[in-house]
Amino acid sequence: MAPRTLFDKIWDSHVVETLPDSTAILYIDRHLVHEVTSPQAFEGLRLSGRRLRHPDATIAVVDHNVPTSDRTQPIEEADSRNQIETLERNVKEFGVPYFPLLSARQGIVHVVGPEQGISLPGMTIVCGDSHTSTHGALGALAFGIGTSEVEHVMATQTILQKPAKNMKVVVEGQVGPGVTAKDIMLAIIGHIGTAGGTGHVIEFAGSAIRELDMAGRMTICNMSIEAGARAGLVAPDETTFEYVRGRPFAPKGEAFDAAVAYWKTLASDEGAHYDRVVELRAEDITPVLTWGTSPETVIPVTGNVADPASEADPSRRAQMQRMLDYMGLEAGQKIAGTPVDVVFIGSCTNSRIEDLRAAASIAAGRRVAHGVRAMIVPGSGIVKAQAEEEGLDKVFVEAGFEWREAGCSMCLGMNPDRLTPGQRCASTSNRNFEGRQGPGGRTHLLSPAMAAAAAVTGTLTDVRELI
Amino acid sequence: MDKFTVLTAIAAPLPEENIDTDKIIPARFLKTTKRSGLGVHAFDGMRYRPDGTENPDFVLNREPYRKAEILITYDNLGCGSSREHAPWALLDFGIRCVIAPSFADIFNNNCFKNGILPIALPREVCTELMDDARQGANSRLTVDLARQVIIRPDGREVPFDVDPLRRQLLLEGLDDIGQTLQHEKAITTFEQRRAQAQPWIPHIVLD
Ligand code: SF4
Repeated sequence: MAPRTLFDKIWDSHVVETLPDSTAILYIDRHLVHEVTSPQAFEGLRLSGRRLRHPDATIAVVDHNVPTSDRTQPIEEADSRNQIETLERNVKEFGVPYFPLLSARQGIVHVVGPEQGISLPGMTIVCGDSHTSTHGALGALAFGIGTSEVEHVMATQTILQKPAKNMKVVVEGQVGPGVTAKDIMLAIIGHIGTAGGTGHVIEFAGSAIRELDMAGRMTICNMSIEAGARAGLVAPDETTFEYVRGRPFAPKGEAFDAAVAYWKTLASDEGAHYDRVVELRAEDITPVLTWGTSPETVIPVTGNVADPASEADPSRRAQMQRMLDYMGLEAGQKIAGTPVDVVFIGSCTNSRIEDLRAAASIAAGRRVAHGVRAMIVPGSGIVKAQAEEEGLDKVFVEAGFEWREAGCSMCLGMNPDRLTPGQRCASTSNRNFEGRQGPGGRTHLLSPAMAAAAAVTGTLTDVRELI
Repeated sequence: MDKFTVLTAIAAPLPEENIDTDKIIPARFLKTTKRSGLGVHAFDGMRYRPDGTENPDFVLNREPYRKAEILITYDNLGCGSSREHAPWALLDFGIRCVIAPSFADIFNNNCFKNGILPIALPREVCTELMDDARQGANSRLTVDLARQVIIRPDGREVPFDVDPLRRQLLLEGLDDIGQTLQHEKAITTFEQRRAQAQPWIPHIVLD
């Protein structure tokens, strides 16, 4: 057999049948469900009298709509409450396993899946949410789907898809101090652009990727979507197996050994073909952030924002100017030293225990700058409990950060955590679109350590000055 | 999904171009949990006045078009946001067939996925069909999908093209799910093979 990539192997092993126009009926191992994109799918099943084929391959959580403050109070926003209550009725009716709001296991769907051992290497994983790519860090083929497809998966445990192209992004070398997985990924997006991965599944490889822990790999794969890719992947290795071992829903004992033996066969073969290969040197990557309203507007924290005058293409020049105006920045200005109003540490990109430790190491013994609102939103109840066991909550609270309950929170303006117009936010989330964190809000994407640095200095700051 | 075979129905003329999905269903109605029930909000901005009362000039507020099942417009129907709520709203209103010189791509797909037949015809033909539609209640159009013709009130026929696979799905009332379920045996076989090859794959069961 011709050498195959990791993507090819997972794909091939899940094709149930190939239809005449090369569309595959692709088997799905795990379906993750949340409250926003599922109600019409459940309703569709009900109206057509269909059953949900595999509740035992499905898991539901609430995350997008939930408040991250006191959970014992009823949810105030009626629409949000209704979406949550609807999910609760649906999971009951269709027998879907569910982590409710008050469960310690509740959290952002893309944090919960890996954490519980529900997402495993070699699997196909889907969810009605674009950042499903996160689970690719385990060496699983994971992508976001629309509501009709959610219903399709519920009814058939498959989706209809045409194969993607293979792309490899290689990062060799060792990153310098203060440079994290987030900086690596933002640097990649800055390099290839938000359409750079269109039509492709990206496999991330190279020593700098292999050196990352699972949380870091999840950060990388999470933002494959911002690079335009259908999904992101990292080949499973010892780091992966150790991460999976002992998780609540992972195989145990002999079954685990059998699984590992299989997972070891998944890595791309020597000589496998990639349609596109991009290489970066880890040493060239510095702490970075975005200045504009597209995730590709990445600059080093020591750098200057773009100057439209240097752009020859008129429509691009106009777009740059629009971004500058929206962001309240001057062409060519130094980005460091720009004052922030809000700091958000959370989201499925950066809310795992490793992220919180990184933020706490900067926050420890310092104070949130006067006038800055800084919030820490753990990705799940489990992450929150772990952080409290390690005393990180005390570090944060003593430094003046808010210590909140798990959820999507200020990653998107769908729950009470929102920016107000004109507020500038240093955010560890993944999208900086206009209004994403609340109408008129200005988002700078950066790493948890950089976010903590912004909180304690009150400005966008090179974290290396604080370590 | 309901079958689409022969539809004899009242057609509503809406002689506008670039009717986007925001017009078909405005964003504020997307925080719903239902696919059904969006019909009252279909064309909300055109159909209701700011005080919430009906705009009597809008075609779907007039008899006999309140019961229209066919909608005829000009170019690029369904452009803009990809929201599946747009065909959901049309279907819930009662529309089963849309006729226009051209459709936005995603909207076109979403129509088929939801049992609505989009028919693309030259602009002059659309104008003629709109004239037919203006003749009122006794002036129904018949859309015969099997024969791929529209039969006008005077008996003349207008042929149309449609993708053969999609035509088949509509005739049989199969949505994508129905189509995939025709391969259910293959899915079951796959599951059995997988259970043997990878018996370690856990089932998610909560205690
Ligand atoms: S944290 Fe943000 S990106 Fe992640 S699932 Fe929630 S809303 Fe989507």
